[in-house]
Amino acid sequence: MSTATVDDLTAVAEVRKFWTRDRKAGLVFTVLGVVAMGWFGALAPAETARFTLSEDASGAALEINGQLGAVLFGAIAAAAGVGLLTGAARRWLGQLMGLGIVCFVLSFLCWQVAGKFMPLVDTAAGSLELALPLILGAMAGVLCERSGVVNVAIEGQFLMGAFGAALVGTLAANAWFGLLGALVGGLIIAALLAVLSIRYLVDQVVAGIVLNLLALGLTGFLYERLMQTDAAKYNEPPQLPTWRIPGLAEIPVLGPVVFDTNPLVYLALALVVIIHFGLSRTRWGLRTRAVGEHPTAADTVGIRVLGTRWRNVLVAGLVAGAGGAYFTEVATGSFNKNMTSGAGFIALAALIFGRWTPVGAFGAALFFGFANKLATYLSATGSSVPSQFLNMLPYVATIIAVAGLVGRVRAPAADGKPYVKG
Amino acid sequence: MNVLYGLLQPDEGEIIVDGVPVTIRSPRDAINAGIGMVHQHFMLVPVFTVTDNVMLGHEPARGGPLGWLDRRRARREVVEISSRYGLRVEPDAVVEDLPVGVQQRVEIVKALTREVNLLILDEPTAVLTPQETDELLNVMRTLKDSGKSIVFITHKLKEVKAIADRITVIRRGRVVGTAPPDTSEEDLAAMMVGRSVILQVEKGPSRPGEPVLQVAGLVVNDERGQRAVAGVDLEVRAGEVLGIAGVQGNGQTELVEAIMGLRPVVAGTVALSGVPITGRRTKDILRAGVGYVPEDRSVDGLVKEFTVAENLVLDIYDRPPYGNGLLLRPESIVASAKERIGQFDVRTPSAEAAVGTLSGGNQQKVIVAREMSRPLKLFVAAQPTRGVDVGSIEFIHNRVIHERDAGTAVLLVSSELDEVQSLADRIAVMYRGKILAVVPPDTPREEIGLLMAGVTAGVDGRGTSDGKVEAAPEPESA
Repeated sequence: MSTATVDDLTAVAEVRKFWTRDRKAGLVFTVLGVVAMGWFGALAPAETARFTLSEDASGAALEINGQLGAVLFGAIAAAAGVGLLTGAARRWLGQLMGLGIVCFVLSFLCWQVAGKFMPLVDTAAGSLELALPLILGAMAGVLCERSGVVNVAIEGQFLMGAFGAALVGTLAANAWFGLLGALVGGLIIAALLAVLSIRYLVDQVVAGIVLNLLALGLTGFLYERLMQTDAAKYNEPPQLPTWRIPGLAEIPVLGPVVFDTNPLVYLALALVVIIHFGLSRTRWGLRTRAVGEHPTAADTVGIRVLGTRWRNVLVAGLVAGAGGAYFTEVATGSFNKNMTSGAGFIALAALIFGRWTPVGAFGAALFFGFANKLATYLSATGSSVPSQFLNMLPYVATIIAVAGLVGRVRAPAADGKPYVKG
Repeated sequence: MNVLYGLLQPDEGEIIVDGVPVTIRSPRDAINAGIGMVHQHFMLVPVFTVTDNVMLGHEPARGGPLGWLDRRRARREVVEISSRYGLRVEPDAVVEDLPVGVQQRVEIVKALTREVNLLILDEPTAVLTPQETDELLNVMRTLKDSGKSIVFITHKLKEVKAIADRITVIRRGRVVGTAPPDTSEEDLAAMMVGRSVILQVEKGPSRPGEPVLQVAGLVVNDERGQRAVAGVDLEVRAGEVLGIAGVQGNGQTELVEAIMGLRPVVAGTVALSGVPITGRRTKDILRAGVGYVPEDRSVDGLVKEFTVAENLVLDIYDRPPYGNGLLLRPESIVASAKERIGQFDVRTPSAEAAVGTLSGGNQQKVIVAREMSRPLKLFVAAQPTRGVDVGSIEFIHNRVIHERDAGTAVLLVSSELDEVQSLADRIAVMYRGKILAVVPPDTPREEIGLLMAGVTAGVDGRGTSDGKVEAAPEPESA
């Protein structure tokens, strides 16, 4: 009957659909670029936008005509999009998408800053500071989820960390003891998450939500009943010091932003590097990923699946706890009810947007931190763009990420699945 | 075997390795005792490379708090083992991109790098083409010659006879006996079942009637949107069995699901007795006179927590006498269940036992009983005897032939070539989403095997070959 040859068959298999992922991304960027050119360009006043290297309007600055800049960067973003759309530049997918995002943002900035100025150091430092808890939270997420435990409880770990830092720090009158308190706070929630999800096989998302509510209720209760009775005694933690790295801090722009700041920033940056190389190049990382992808396979080669998960979840608790210390020992000088206000969920969003990789999550956290800082800037300069739009960004970005536009978003295969032997 | 490998703990008894009693509490203990295992479902991390998979659990590391990996050394070891035993694997390939035959070689390499003396192979040939199976048997001979002991678990009698030095038969958790390899297949089967079985299905010639199932130009995608069925035409007539042979994953699953209305059809038509059923609801298709035994009984065929009786009426629970659309009538459900349990020889403690507590063979008989209780025009059976004991296989096979002789059209999909050859009146060989050829059941195994591997040698409908053989570019790494 049928005598098809192998050549015919492979030819059939090779037929590709037109709307590949890079084409879709290209279309999005083309549209974004055209919007930036037309809309931002039309609205932008033809005045100079100044990006100053110092704190105020004076001094050295990068300058560009606002209207010209908006159109120019919009055009570059659109060009990147067209490059992807035609399929001519498929090889540079990642780079072109990065270029598209950056140029779209620059176009937006040119419109907003035209006739005004934006202090670069302050913006960068503020972005990094706002990103700091997100970075630590996302690293906690990476540690947990790469071993197969979904960590929705980052928010709760933040809250307990922030509370622990305020209480212990004030009682001991020492910022470092406060940090220790934060670590313990994060660890408590992590231990509960581990018990519920690893030992008692509770649905991990449900367990995480329950723990968030527990942390919210517990810290709220203790805040009202204990801290508010005598704020000076319980809720005035000393702040973490600023560490200035000699030499490196002198580098213009980068120096004051990265090398003249609080120890948590150094911790966060170090963790990104350690976890990145740890996951890909070390025995710990290989085993963690094996447990998160295929726990039965790991078990059959003698790896302790539950032990590995326990360890990773607990370490993640410490990391997220340190992120909590940011709120009381860096950002503000005291604990407040529900003061993390959803930062843990944005950290989770950064984790997903960063595709469960340390470097990706770090980049996403920085991006969200920048959006947050920009929102503050816009409301301060009385911009016509509501700052709420920018605060929405992390959630919109996560939806885009989950919808598959930034490449194949694939969670670890066994993420969220309890492991039962046999 | 899971006890031997430390995945389950024994209730009593002891394990003796090289004359020394050992306690095996975990796979690690098993590996230390020199025991390695290739599992039926591969224990490989799909997103890892071959090297990473092989070294997992005993990684060479240069120290450091987290253990800095020495991938180069691990890679050398993979290359060394694979060349010593003739197991061709590409150390840097990502496992999920490899064909199952190669993945199995990776599993064997993985066990060998742990310097095991005893290798357990659990149903290793279930996913292989006949040619790949021969290759595996050769590897096993090489291993044997180099002094390794092998425990080869299989239900395929031909393979046991081809490779084993001693054959031990286990039935219901007991060793029934040990036999030399020259024992006849019939005797082995009798030991497995506890009574004599007829291996060859007894059937007369078929009397094909009107076409019942007509599939034309069918195109179906899989979950990932990849083309799984790439233009299939087939026809099953009343009173004949059309068997579909092929290695797992060549589109058989998607083909059957599309016919049953469980998967969207991209292009083409499916017709039942001339009436188009493409895109109709599964419920309508079933009630139009189609019986369906799904490939994975525990996922698609049964609700494990439900009782045997409830599972027997899953298709018609809403119709009299079992229900009136609002309320069920449990007494009539149980009464009819008891009747069918008898008819179909389902071994269950009662009609109200949870179906998940039955053996695989009896679960399968529950499905067959349910699907054969409606008046049928077409019976679609996907892997009807997978994981089923020899006795139940015999029963199910006879039932299928009985249906055929009653004038039902039967579409049988199986990756067991023996099963297809003994039941089918015509065999369609499927490869990469296409029917490569339709051949009579007495076509030599080797010829069908080649077709299953994608080699078309100008085989025509009568199964004669003109001798021209072109090798398929197997997507394998050397």
